Amino acid sequence: MSFVEVENLFHAYGGRPILERVSLSAEEGEFVSIVGASGCGKSTFLRLLLDQERPERGEIYVDGDPLQGEPSRSRGIVFQRYSVFPHLTVRDNIVAAEALSRPLGRLFGNIRRAARARADATLERIGLGHVAGQYPSALSGGMQQRLAIAQALAGKPRILLLDEPFGALDPGTREQMHAFLQELRAETGMTVFMVTHDLPEAFKLGDRVIVFDKVRWDPHDPAAYGATITYDFDARNGGIPYQLQKDEIHGLAES
Amino acid sequence: MRWINRNPGRLASVVLAALPFVLVALVYSAGSAARLAENPQDRILPAPSALFETTIRLLTEPDRRSGEILFWSDTASSLTLLASGVGIAALIGLSLGLAIGLVPMVRRTLQGFVAVVSMIPPLAVLPILFITLGVGDAAKVALIAIGITPFLIRDLSARTLELPQEQIVKAQTLGASSLSIALSVALPQIMPRLISAVRLSLGPAWLFLIAAEAVASDSGLGYRVFLVRRFLAMDVILNYVAWITLLAFLIDWALARASRYFYPWAEVRS
Repeated sequence: MSFVEVENLFHAYGGRPILERVSLSAEEGEFVSIVGASGCGKSTFLRLLLDQERPERGEIYVDGDPLQGEPSRSRGIVFQRYSVFPHLTVRDNIVAAEALSRPLGRLFGNIRRAARARADATLERIGLGHVAGQYPSALSGGMQQRLAIAQALAGKPRILLLDEPFGALDPGTREQMHAFLQELRAETGMTVFMVTHDLPEAFKLGDRVIVFDKVRWDPHDPAAYGATITYDFDARNGGIPYQLQKDEIHGLAES
Repeated sequence: MRWINRNPGRLASVVLAALPFVLVALVYSAGSAARLAENPQDRILPAPSALFETTIRLLTEPDRRSGEILFWSDTASSLTLLASGVGIAALIGLSLGLAIGLVPMVRRTLQGFVAVVSMIPPLAVLPILFITLGVGDAAKVALIAIGITPFLIRDLSARTLELPQEQIVKAQTLGASSLSIALSVALPQIMPRLISAVRLSLGPAWLFLIAAEAVASDSGLGYRVFLVRRFLAMDVILNYVAWITLLAFLIDWALARASRYFYPWAEVRS
């Protein structure tokens, strides 16, 4: 069994299918980009991976164990917005990654001082050292997302989930964030799932690019069927050629 | 230029802000002078000078029986009751608001109940409080607490529910328990909301306090106002009303300052 194993997922909202027959396996350390039209269930798929919602049918296994029904430390998340805590300074946002798992959600005494020193080292490395004492609202969008990614990584998750993390950034900042993310990934070698609307970004960062789309379409009732994975590109080697090894269409092949 | 685009300068702002106060003072003085010209014994609108004399008397002359300056002992008594009532209400409102906002089980249990209880007119409950708790301080504190707690609970639970779901999920992925989410994610973000909710409910709190003091008491600002009404002592009543207004204004101002000082991040976001 692969590190992340998604088996025959089916999910619906209010009787309207969103995802159907979604199966996927990903190896540890793989970077999977997820693309598709708006409303095709990419973000829903990410929420299911996060275990924020339970799929109606099917199962997701991480390292052989099924998900437990709520988000946990094994899967970190960065959203497009609201990912950092506005009431904590930049430094304390990083410290929170350690502090929140304590019974009262805070650290005391020497442990706290040590965690702050570690946080400062992290901030120095990601270029946010000069704003450590400020609140996130004083930061630009790119800096906030850098902080959000660093915060998620400080929790040492095995899988990092990114939900359009750079969607709200301008193109220049986005380039910087790509470099930042690639650097961090080379360092940690973690497994990443990233939802994005930006195809070049998906191919640039991902080892694989999977596409969600509806394979069945009723013109009289467009919402009658859910989406599934229709393409699974190999995006290594700069994404060219995209379909070096995988001819079969993942997800469809098994049904 | 359109009226909506005309902004007063610094001096004009001060003058405009002072204008309504000056107008009220002028209208009062004119009315007072007119009545006193007709009947020098008139007590309904005492002259500003007479009001000021009463102020001095209230602040300096001790009570013949107890030796205390009643003005200050009334103030202390009222503020103690107000602080106790509002404090208890804030504590209950904060903890139940957080619980209702964060925990679905508690929400299902209490949301409907609180919605119904908040419709009870608090003053209608006052006799029950006097019967069960006696006519002492406990009943008055209870009236203030009962009067504003439902509003605080509803407001704070709504604010807790408004916290972005992303933050709650993020905290979970960092290993936070329900308790640490409540204490470290929700509570600090709700505190500035608590302060603004308390500021809004101070008006009703004063109303309940003065109503309770008027009905049964032996000290307090509201008690004094209703006591001297029997002697038509408008000079005392007006002084007390002005003092209550000033107190309420100062408390409101202090809370606003405290919120800005302790929770600077809340200002930037809104």
